[in-house]
Amino acid sequence: MSNEAILHDQHFGTHDAPHAHEHHDHESFITKYVFSQDHKMISKQFLTTGIIWAIIGGLFSVIFRLQLGYPDSTFPWLQDLLGHWAKGGKLDPEFYYSLVTMHGTILVFFVLTAGLSGTFANFLIPLQIGARDMASPFLNMLSYWFFFTASMVMLSSLFVQTGPASGGWTIYPPLSALGEASEGSKIGMDLWLVSMALFIVSTLLGGLNYISTILNMRTKGMSMTRMPLTIWALFFTAILGVLSFPVLLSGAILLLFDRNLGTSFYLSDIVINGKILPNEGGSPILFQHLFWFLGHPEVYIIVLPAMGMVSEIMAINSRKPIFGYMAMVGSLFAITSLAFLVWAHHMFVSGLNPFLGSFFVLLTLLIAVPSAIKVFNWLTTLWRGNIRFTPGMLFAIGFVSMFISGGLTGIFLGNSALDIHLHDTYFIVAHFHIVMGVAGFFGMFAGLYHWFPKMYGRYMNNTLAYIHFWVTLIGAYLIFWPMHYEGLAGMPRRYYDFSSWESFKMFAGLNEFISFVSIIVFAAQLLFVVNFFYSIFKGRKVTTQNPWGATSLEWTTPIRPGHGNWLGEIPEVYRWPYDYGKDGRDFIPQTEPVGEHESKH
Amino acid sequence: METVAVQPKTKLWTGGRSPFNVSYGKLMMWYFLMSDAFTFGAFLISYGTIRFSQNFWADPNHVFNAFPFAGHTNLPLAFVSIMTFILILSSVTMVLAVHAGHNMDRKGVEKYMVFTILGGLAFLSCQAWEWTHLITGDHQVLVNGAIQHWGTTTTHNPWGHEVMFNGTEVATPGPIAFGGYFFGITGFHGFHVFSGVVINSVMLIKTRLRHFEERGHYEMIEKAGLYWHFVDLVWVFVFLCFYLI
Repeated sequence: MSNEAILHDQHFGTHDAPHAHEHHDHESFITKYVFSQDHKMISKQFLTTGIIWAIIGGLFSVIFRLQLGYPDSTFPWLQDLLGHWAKGGKLDPEFYYSLVTMHGTILVFFVLTAGLSGTFANFLIPLQIGARDMASPFLNMLSYWFFFTASMVMLSSLFVQTGPASGGWTIYPPLSALGEASEGSKIGMDLWLVSMALFIVSTLLGGLNYISTILNMRTKGMSMTRMPLTIWALFFTAILGVLSFPVLLSGAILLLFDRNLGTSFYLSDIVINGKILPNEGGSPILFQHLFWFLGHPEVYIIVLPAMGMVSEIMAINSRKPIFGYMAMVGSLFAITSLAFLVWAHHMFVSGLNPFLGSFFVLLTLLIAVPSAIKVFNWLTTLWRGNIRFTPGMLFAIGFVSMFISGGLTGIFLGNSALDIHLHDTYFIVAHFHIVMGVAGFFGMFAGLYHWFPKMYGRYMNNTLAYIHFWVTLIGAYLIFWPMHYEGLAGMPRRYYDFSSWESFKMFAGLNEFISFVSIIVFAAQLLFVVNFFYSIFKGRKVTTQNPWGATSLEWTTPIRPGHGNWLGEIPEVYRWPYDYGKDGRDFIPQTEPVGEHESKH
Repeated sequence: METVAVQPKTKLWTGGRSPFNVSYGKLMMWYFLMSDAFTFGAFLISYGTIRFSQNFWADPNHVFNAFPFAGHTNLPLAFVSIMTFILILSSVTMVLAVHAGHNMDRKGVEKYMVFTILGGLAFLSCQAWEWTHLITGDHQVLVNGAIQHWGTTTTHNPWGHEVMFNGTEVATPGPIAFGGYFFGITGFHGFHVFSGVVINSVMLIKTRLRHFEERGHYEMIEKAGLYWHFVDLVWVFVFLCFYLI
């Protein structure tokens, strides 16, 4: 049996339209909406689950901001909502830590990893490279259902008597390893670890699918350098995930053993409540290494897909080719490689050897180079473009703004000497919220507004979208900019109440202001949610196949593509996806053969 | 085969085909194995950092010197060598199964898959015996001036320094990280072997039901084989780190 015959047995390329078309007619509700194997439906499942998580995670931040902004007030409705965690309308300190921990966990993993990559990798990869579906639709479905199970386990931890995990989203031992250490380190922590293990399986199944689809299933003519930058970004994201999440899995398994089997991987010489523990010889720093080996690539897992989508949306709406395509691909690659080599910059003050630290400083600061290349390329793409300020485009520009503001403070933090002062202060809260939190969300919103017509065959409401954009952009700066000052003044993160600290009393007004704005911004996000769900059913219908005048393949499918995406043959590709404003034409689709007298790009 | 035209090199990446000439399934398996290698890598590196931060570590020749039905005879590493040999033999039978699959020889595939599964089960049984022996085997340990009887567990390590006590040589408690890492990592590897046995059994059933014959190729056997060889390779590292060093 030759290799060729096996390859021909696979459904790519040879799986022709008549089949692909037929079987979706007799799909039942269960196979179409629940256990769907269609990449587009799976993407919507990830998206919807992600939106629900984002509302929960966002609400948590509003609740703990109430405590930080109004430390002397009580909110009786909080007791109705949270019961014994907010007796008399005052947030319980233990539960405050749970809220902070769950806010981080939910937003980082469940929203900005699964919600972002899960949605757009599933939706865009087959559509933009010209494939009928993912390499393995079945594993793709499993990927969602592992994510769903992980979500259910994490959600259930919110309802246990002792509360969810409360050791911070980085769950450093020994706090997280010892049930006696805090309420949140009891069953809530076990549920957190189990949920994350399931989540890692989900990311792995998804990532393997994304990689093999992109490598193996590109349509004829779609060479790697003719792929839209979204696909490049999602490709590198998947590689990052496949190689870094397993290390977190190892770390989580060892932590579970320490918690439940009496091992001493991370524990040594501990006295708790006057009792000496028998654990000996372990190292909490070991956990930090294992955690940050994932934890750092994780921030790129969040921001790379956003970068890819922003590049794409920016070129389309500037009606100009993306500036420096190969430089964009190269810088994505550089960021991906460096992502694995900088994890210890999160550990400068952990007792890490300062000599070793200096290497991590160097490698960390090196990331500024590819990041700056990307920023300049986005700005030069905008330069003298014929810009259309669609909501997607506004969010893409907003992303660049956030990435610059948050990236610059990264240069401060990457220096191990400065980090001694700045670590674990509000400066770092401001830095990572702007550069990966808000920026990640901006990329996600840009993608949603832009591809919503392809997803649902309808448009979202523009007026609501513009309100959403401006409130979010201005609000995000109003929330996080002042935090830089607080952090420079040494105000530590994760504290429950600053009013008893003489040195931070002066920030009471600023904290109140931040809390006030965060409530408004949260409300603006609800506006988005309303717009999103309303538009799915009642939005203005899309009437043309290619509403944005884009070149890439997803806009050659029917307005509401069925399972299999294209009705006839999969189109062949003859050019890169950025032929905008070329030879006097507004745009030239990828499917158009290169003309005889066409100029070279 | 002889008539297959060699594609010019530049055509490999232009789409419409797999650039590596492999199916998506094999590609996924390779990436999965890379990912899994990181999991084991993280475990073994953790083990290394903790082990070499200790002043003393148990001598494997001393810990692993038992053999079933051999009583107290000192046979250092004999049993684990047999375990390793069994696992490597099962890899050989796996290769033969894949080879039989290439020749569309269903009977051959069935035969060698049975041998491979038996090899996996034998390895797991050996591991079960070794674990039981370590956990239940009882050793004199000098703790706070009195003799106690300990097995090797995740919380107790009876393989510390030897000291003279009442005229005899007695061990003191050793670093407790030993048990955690030993059981943790060999257990995780054993879990992989177990999964491999399950996968191989499913493959055997599918072969018997002639699924692959009807499909016209035995690629699933190849993919199971990739996994099995990987598990074997990981054992080589585990063996090196726990038994030889």
